[in-house]
Amino acid sequence: MENKLIASSSPHIRSNETTQGLMLDVIIAMLPALVASVFYFGFNSVVLVVASVISAVITEYICNKLMKKSVSIGDLSAVVTGILLAFNIPASAPWWLPVMGSVFAIAIVKQIFGGIGFNIVNPALAGRAFLMSSWSTHMTGGFIDPVTDAVSAATPLTLIKGGSTGQLPSIFDMLLGNIPGCIGETSAILIILGGLYLIYRGTIKWIIPVFYIGTVAVLALIFDGGSMALYHLFGGGLMLGAFFMATDYATSPITDKGKIIYAVGAGALTILIRKIGGYPEGVSYSILLMNVITPLINKYVTPNVFGVAGGKNEK
Amino acid sequence: MSTKLFTFKGGVHPPTNKTLTQNVPIENAVDPKVVVIPLSQHIGAPCDPLVAVGDTVKVGQKIGESKAFMSVPVHSSVSGTVKKIEQHYVPNGSKVNCIVIESDGNFEVYESVQPKGNIEDLTKEEILSIIKEGGMAGMGGATFPTHIKLSPPKDKPIDVLLVNGAECEPYLTADHRIMLEKPELVLLGVKAIMKALGVDKCFIGIEKNKPDAIEIIQKAVEGQEGIEVAPLEIKYPQGDEKRIINAITGRIVPSGGLPMEVGCVVENVGTVATIGNIFKTGMPLIQRVVTVSGSAVQNPKNLYVRIGTSYKDVIEQCGGYKEEPGKLISGGPMMGFAQFTDEVSVIKGTSGILAFSKKEADLGEPSNCIMCGRCLEACPVHLQPYKISRYSIQKNFDAADEFHAADCIECGGCSYICPSKRPLKETISVAKKEILARRRKVK
Ligand code: SF4
Ligand code: SF4
Repeated sequence: MENKLIASSSPHIRSNETTQGLMLDVIIAMLPALVASVFYFGFNSVVLVVASVISAVITEYICNKLMKKSVSIGDLSAVVTGILLAFNIPASAPWWLPVMGSVFAIAIVKQIFGGIGFNIVNPALAGRAFLMSSWSTHMTGGFIDPVTDAVSAATPLTLIKGGSTGQLPSIFDMLLGNIPGCIGETSAILIILGGLYLIYRGTIKWIIPVFYIGTVAVLALIFDGGSMALYHLFGGGLMLGAFFMATDYATSPITDKGKIIYAVGAGALTILIRKIGGYPEGVSYSILLMNVITPLINKYVTPNVFGVAGGKNEK
Repeated sequence: MSTKLFTFKGGVHPPTNKTLTQNVPIENAVDPKVVVIPLSQHIGAPCDPLVAVGDTVKVGQKIGESKAFMSVPVHSSVSGTVKKIEQHYVPNGSKVNCIVIESDGNFEVYESVQPKGNIEDLTKEEILSIIKEGGMAGMGGATFPTHIKLSPPKDKPIDVLLVNGAECEPYLTADHRIMLEKPELVLLGVKAIMKALGVDKCFIGIEKNKPDAIEIIQKAVEGQEGIEVAPLEIKYPQGDEKRIINAITGRIVPSGGLPMEVGCVVENVGTVATIGNIFKTGMPLIQRVVTVSGSAVQNPKNLYVRIGTSYKDVIEQCGGYKEEPGKLISGGPMMGFAQFTDEVSVIKGTSGILAFSKKEADLGEPSNCIMCGRCLEACPVHLQPYKISRYSIQKNFDAADEFHAADCIECGGCSYICPSKRPLKETISVAKKEILARRRKVK
């Protein structure tokens, strides 16, 4: 029996939380919004999500093989990226659009840097930015209006940007998702529900969503007043961004204090872009920018080591 | 009793798995036929044998001693004949000189083993000498010589004694049972230590998942001036010295410092009860309570085992292995030592013997760090385990030092919590060893 005993170093037990389990939670949290998008925009949203997920997983597999690493698709993070990317695309887009985005997101943004945990920016958001710059007509020209089924409807934020606030849908419709928009950014309420599930499960912490959304709310109130502030909150990808993208582990700060700085920064940038930038939407670029600053925040905002100068001695 | 629960920031909540043994009363272990007693069971200088092969010895007779201050003597746990003095492996993985004694089965007690009389009538010095002569070393696993802990330098006045009854390691219930079954010994030990230290304040910290122990100890200390029970939040590593000091007194032991720098001494409750026993009966530390548990043990138990008994014999008394074990651990699952054989002796620091099934022993394969931050939150020292571990793997020990790798208490909380199953504590320990070795060289 002697030789068969494992003599490894302590600790000898591990929690049953796994990377795969965490990613599965994220997937579960996104499902309600996906179902809603089929309801509002039709079956093509499922086609896009499936195409996106499959290409993300295949790309990851091929990258693993080419880079002679162990196959990592089992951790489900590629699936999460695939869904998130498709969530950022209008439901009328052709199937190859998310495929392009996924290949870019996984190969260039994630795997080249070393795979999960090593990417500098959020792969899904970088994939979206890539699609915006390459096929902007597909990305911004084809929003479906769930009420009339007309394509190329302007999103609430484009209306605000263009000054046509009279044509804005009701806040109630915005909450439900009965408005033109990307696949995953329509039903604010279902996204929030998914986000709350993740917080409840401990998969993400509340800090980033609360400070991010809070900052946007306060600034929108200051700049645009009460009624418009609600459109800023529930229109566009704010909820999706705040709960599902800004909370990405690898690209957001690791300490609580760092998370606050990051979330407030992202909120301020979002309003800045919406108010004076060229885009009606500001969530994805603001998160991407904060992603880039994250290593810096991680470097300077660190926990106070117990018993090292700075710790109070209450003796 | 205050309803306030004391705790610290950080820590993890592993499943306690204590129900296996927490209601199983302490049972005397079967008398061993042979005992292998290591001459070094503590931190410090090993003992020289006081007996030779062929000598006959009695229970409680001193058989090993060192002239060094940083050492404690060892005593025979049986009566019989010294058969050999030779090297054997001990549970921490090193090989040390051991005295092998064949028991005559009579357990004849050595003549000088006599009750020590009233604590009130003894001087500080007498108490310290009794504790040292009793072979006392920390029984929670660290095995630091007790008399040294109780003799702080003059410039470090101690004002409070903390008794650690947290027993925060999963599975282990030895201390719990001691509190339930031997509260009078705990009290006696507390009084002896308080007198030795010259303090008039003592807190006995007990995690609130042992309400019965809290109640019994509370009753035992009722009316005793200055002695109080402090209920603790259930959290690992609540029983760590610096954490328990912080939780109960709010004091922060400076990095690299000892508890005495903030006026505290911490003793494990099992140690305290054994000290109580020395004063009551005169019998030195030759026996201890060991929790035998784990998924591969047939009948988990709390056994009162003679020092020098082999793990194998102890496990046999618990019905043997339920299935072929994948791992054998000396101590708790968070900080204990994995053994490569069950033919090692129970020593003063053996708080538990755990046998894990192959399934329980399998910890999964590590994958990339996903930067989830769980290890930071778990770390009771507020380190950044993911970062230090990365530096350690890169052999960049300067950077690991900069991030205070040497402050790691090796509690294992970070490795436990990591969803990517990264060997965080394991790699940080490597850096810590390296850094401490370098510091010694510089000195
Ligand atoms: S770094 Fe050290 S002290 Fe911190 S959790 Fe890990 S093992 Fe414990
Ligand atoms: S817990 Fe593991 S995965 Fe999470 S940050 Fe720490 S090392 Fe990385």
